[in-house]
Amino acid sequence: MNAFGDHLPAIQIVVPLVTAPLVMLLRQRGLAWAAATAASLFSFAVAFALVMTVRDAGLQSYAVGSWPAPYGIELIVDEFSALLLLIVTGASTGSLLIAHTSLKGEIADDRQHLFYTAWLLALAGLSGIAVSGDAFNIFVFMEISSLATYILVAGGPKRQALSAVFKYLIMGTIGATFYLIGVGLIYMMTGTLNLADMEARIGEVADRNPVLVAGGFITVGLALKAAVFPLHGWLPNAYTYAPHAVTVFIAACSTKVYLYVLLRFDFFVFQGNLPGHIAQFSGFMLPLAIAAVLIGSGVALFQKDLKRLLAYSSIAQIGYILFGASLVSLTGLTAGIAHMFNHALAKGALFLAVASLASACGTLTIDGISGAARRMPYTMAAFVVASLSLIGVPGTAGFVGKWYLVVAAVELGPHGALLIVPILASSLMAVFYIWKVVESAYFGPSEGGDEALVAVRSESPWWVLAVLWGVVLLNVYFGLQPLLPLELARGAATSLLAMP
Amino acid sequence: MEFLGLYNYWVFAILLMTGLYAVISRANLIKKLLGMTIFQAAVFLLYISMDKVDGATAPIIPAGAVDQLYSNPLPQVLILTAIVVGIATLSLGLAIVVRIRESYGTIEEDEIRGMDEE
Repeated sequence: MNAFGDHLPAIQIVVPLVTAPLVMLLRQRGLAWAAATAASLFSFAVAFALVMTVRDAGLQSYAVGSWPAPYGIELIVDEFSALLLLIVTGASTGSLLIAHTSLKGEIADDRQHLFYTAWLLALAGLSGIAVSGDAFNIFVFMEISSLATYILVAGGPKRQALSAVFKYLIMGTIGATFYLIGVGLIYMMTGTLNLADMEARIGEVADRNPVLVAGGFITVGLALKAAVFPLHGWLPNAYTYAPHAVTVFIAACSTKVYLYVLLRFDFFVFQGNLPGHIAQFSGFMLPLAIAAVLIGSGVALFQKDLKRLLAYSSIAQIGYILFGASLVSLTGLTAGIAHMFNHALAKGALFLAVASLASACGTLTIDGISGAARRMPYTMAAFVVASLSLIGVPGTAGFVGKWYLVVAAVELGPHGALLIVPILASSLMAVFYIWKVVESAYFGPSEGGDEALVAVRSESPWWVLAVLWGVVLLNVYFGLQPLLPLELARGAATSLLAMP
Repeated sequence: MEFLGLYNYWVFAILLMTGLYAVISRANLIKKLLGMTIFQAAVFLLYISMDKVDGATAPIIPAGAVDQLYSNPLPQVLILTAIVVGIATLSLGLAIVVRIRESYGTIEEDEIRGMDEE
């Protein structure tokens, strides 16, 4: 490998981090957007290169400032973090491509360069969490990305965005502080912050109270950040009132990054070292995951606001991911991790479609989009295909993750087979809540009479449709060719379960 | 005796819970933020307490000293970072409260919730 390739893990974080202040200096809306998008595209290319490297050569370790681990900060890229990087940078790039059009009217023109600065900081923070192999470093990146995300969400045009973001800030800070307490207690007992070193040393002190307490603090803190049911209170409003492009970005990746850290700790660090930990984890998380799957979809059925409906659906999807993980089997974890990727594609496409709808519909409620399919046929068609992926229809990306979940449940024997019921019930509910949207958009009356509006199409500009359909086609592509995410997910699951 | 020996950690736990209680129970957004700050400050205390080594001095080693006991400097450095993060969070929170006050005309959570539901 060449010298540049060796530094890819660091470049992944440094490029958005350095571009952020430059974007702030640009001041002009178009230029700022172009610079931010270029940085994001470059990050995506780096993530893709890392995926390829990890597939060929396995785990990549990078010592920041050439200080060897465990004394220096170590960046680690394995299959799991490479997959996460692909999700984060992909979500950022896709949503930035439409942001220039979508943010018009949502954020004042002379403030937009600041907005893109916050965006790049969020991207740098989220990528940082994915590559860092140091517990405290993860906390710092967590706060960088969270603070930047609060700013992005607060940019929403309605004043409810402010009260939503205040709640998000309070709950996010409590979650991060819980994590910090847990890391402190572990440092107290093991004297290390490096995750791999921690894993090697924690076994000696496994029966001491501080370590057990630390496990609880870290798990609950990260569950709060990841909006695991019943700690999801901040999520629906934050998704609903954020600017549309921001919703695409955070809905596709931010909760998944925290789930990644959660799985890293509970499987990589604690499992195998703390006696009975993983049985506790499974017994604690499985009921929560099932509740999330059922209640998330159930509440979505009654939502009138389109974005809030999709936000509750996200809570259910987080449940699916956790469900796979808490089965603690190779297939289960593979399913959960693959579903992270597939759900990012499906939900990303759905929120992109919503952002596109927003340009022509006054209010984004079920009634507000009545007859929208006649005015925006391409957008609504994309919405339908992406919905099929969300529901998990064969031939779309969403099917792959759910299929593996079902297989993992059946593998557990007759009791496991019962676990299929919530998965299927939730998918059925998804059919219903999506149908409500489709019915209104395709068969609902248009405002001001049908005849007048059939001729007047007010479709989004071609570049928005191109991005939207690009992501929708990826949903279909990964439904038919699921090898890449599945291979990475299986590799990640194997290393999390410490299998040979 | 063990109880007294651990009093730093008792203070940590009490401060932590005081802060969390204020965040949950107060409707005033500024008081919520104050609670959050107390909550974070408690964690600073946890980190600072853990670096104490009995009979040790500050981690400054004069030339020629052999086997000098010194406190662990790392948690202090870590918590310096966490303090900065705490300040950034608090200032962002206060900025949001200012914006809330501008657009709602109040900083009481129940009144804001009432206006949101209208």
